[in-house]
Amino acid sequence: MKIAVLMKRVPDTASVLKITPDNKSVDMANLKFVMSPYDEHAIEEALKIREAGKATEVIVFTVGPEGSQETIRTALAMGADRAVFVKEDPSRFNSKGIAEMLAAAVKTEGPELVFAGKQAVDDDASQVPERVAELLDLPHASIVTKFELNGRAATVEREIEGGSYTVEVPLPALFTMQKGINTPRYPTLPNIMKAKKKEIKEFSLADLGLDAAKLVSGLEVSGMSLPRANRLNKILDGDSTERVKKLLTILREEEKVL
Amino acid sequence: MKPPTVTHDLYELDQDWNDEQRAVMLQIRKFVDQEILPTINEEHNNEVLRKDLIPKIGQLGILEMLAEGSLDPVTYGIVCRELERGSSALRSIVSVQGSLVIGCIRDFASAEQKATWLTKLGTMEAIGCFGLTEPDFGSNPAGMITRAEKTSSGFVLNGSKCWITNGTQAHVAIVWAKLDGVVKGFLVPTNTPGFTAQSIKGKWSFRTSDTGMLFLSNVEVPESALMPGAKSLGAAIKTLNNARYGICWGVAGAARGCFEEARQYVIDRVQFDGKPLASHQLIQNKLAWMAAEITNMELMSKRLGELKAAGRVKPYQVSLAKMNNCRKAIEVARVCRELMGANGIHSEYHIGRRMVDLETVLTYEGTEHIHSLIVGENLTGIPAYS
Ligand SMILES: Cc1cc2nc3c(=O)[nH]c(=O)nc-3n(C[C@H](O)[C@H](O)[C@H](O)COP(=O)(O)OP(=O)(O)OC[C@H]3O[C@@H](n4cnc5c(N)ncnc54)[C@H](O)[C@@H]3O)c2cc1C
Repeated sequence: MKIAVLMKRVPDTASVLKITPDNKSVDMANLKFVMSPYDEHAIEEALKIREAGKATEVIVFTVGPEGSQETIRTALAMGADRAVFVKEDPSRFNSKGIAEMLAAAVKTEGPELVFAGKQAVDDDASQVPERVAELLDLPHASIVTKFELNGRAATVEREIEGGSYTVEVPLPALFTMQKGINTPRYPTLPNIMKAKKKEIKEFSLADLGLDAAKLVSGLEVSGMSLPRANRLNKILDGDSTERVKKLLTILREEEKVL
Repeated sequence: MKPPTVTHDLYELDQDWNDEQRAVMLQIRKFVDQEILPTINEEHNNEVLRKDLIPKIGQLGILEMLAEGSLDPVTYGIVCRELERGSSALRSIVSVQGSLVIGCIRDFASAEQKATWLTKLGTMEAIGCFGLTEPDFGSNPAGMITRAEKTSSGFVLNGSKCWITNGTQAHVAIVWAKLDGVVKGFLVPTNTPGFTAQSIKGKWSFRTSDTGMLFLSNVEVPESALMPGAKSLGAAIKTLNNARYGICWGVAGAARGCFEEARQYVIDRVQFDGKPLASHQLIQNKLAWMAAEITNMELMSKRLGELKAAGRVKPYQVSLAKMNNCRKAIEVARVCRELMGANGIHSEYHIGRRMVDLETVLTYEGTEHIHSLIVGENLTGIPAYS
């Protein structure tokens, strides 16, 4: 049984982001990239299943520009067996296009299980895995905090507001992983060295029989801005009676909370 | 104000690494950021030894590769640099286990000894320590008092060792002792009757590291405990040279860690006319000096790594970098401490801990003086030890 894991490379959350001059995207120059943390959980879960002898192969799938190889190698160093790399700049597309590329790529391998992170921490859209499931006509369960295989089905716990519920899903199926399901391993040094020898199969859109023009959706980013950096503190002066009066005035008239 | 072009690594050394070296660098950096830095200052303050770290370090696979002999010197150097960016005590666990114990066994032990220990030491299922220093003999180990006497079935060891890293945690100790006046190396399981270890408490430095005293009182070991290749003090010195190589890189990491923290601090901290500290010439002068020193440390270490990979490295070359880099790292740490004013002495920041830990690194594995004497002897032909 093969397990496919969908993986995305994202800017390191510790990096300082800049917006491009047209205010429509993040400036990717000079950024440090990492694997989206939820995807680490997806890979870890897949590796555990393989190590328990219940799967033969863990294959990582990613859509990304040149340079994504480094993140793919991290996945291989964690222990994934090989990777499929659709070399396309994802910023040209959005969730719809990416999902179509991944679905076409995953189809070439025919896995029983498809895992992904519950969302990517760059755009937080939570769209791609569910769209892939739809395109491949697979059942899916999202935000999984516990995963158990039992024969031709999987019993999983999904996180919901204030609790969890358990569902049984027949295979093949797709699942998206939530933090807490496991602790992703650190790639060991020997595995980092071995990752160099593992296969990364590259696909272009043409290889997958896709046409870039048809992958574009109607969604358009109209603007992007950084969160307000400075808090607008206001220090009231005067003695305490005056300050209380000023505060009440602000609460009533400016903020209108009273 | 435009953003800085570079924050450190002005000579783009990190851009020279191959894909695997880069991946290793990022991996260890992540380990340090996630596992070490969040809690280490508190552990330092409370003199806490984190036993849970041992298996985690084992899982990184560094020691496994050292046990196999498959880690090239420069990659090992990068590992040491990144570990010591976290903590000198952390890097020391790896140096002792990897260079002093695994390295010594690989170079001097019998096939049987290797089979018994190397795999277990590689996974850190077994911990090792290296007992050379004694209460009365540090810089001059040739004076050691610990002795071995031949018996019908093997040897009996008597004496004590001091300041031994991993000493109370170890499952196996490499004990250096004189047999008929000549220093030899023995592999002694620490559960052998007559062997005891006691932790040295109350250190100002290396408070998160296990430093122990070893007592050997009529410790009987079989003939097979003697490492056949460890025939003289030269074997101990050769072993130390490999560990010193890692230290040269390590302290560059400690200095980098201090520098990163202080550089950001002086940019963020505003004094006088709403200007950041970093806008003042005196501050920039210090930053530039530190950037030069750190670059220097890394270049020396990298060159040593190349010489080592080519099998050409000589002890005085290692001494030159051990002497220079430890001293410069401490100086960088002190300048960083100063640039951060009162905050520099507080454990909310890492600099104070790095600074006091570097005091140990300046002293162990040959003090600055001793390394300068080794270099001096090679420059003049005149030994000046006594
Ligand atoms: C935390 C820690 C961990 C350690 N871990 C280990 C370990 O795992 N294994 C181990 O075997 N040892 C270990 N050591 C011991 C360390 O290697 C010794 O402390 C070191 O070699 C110096 O010896 P000493 O302390 O006896 O100082 P001394 O030799 O007494 O030196 C004191 C001072 O005199 C100077 N000096 C000595 N001789 C001369 C000379 N001829 N000319 C000029 N100056 C001289 C020295 O440079 C130093 O400044 C550790 C030490 C520490 C602090």
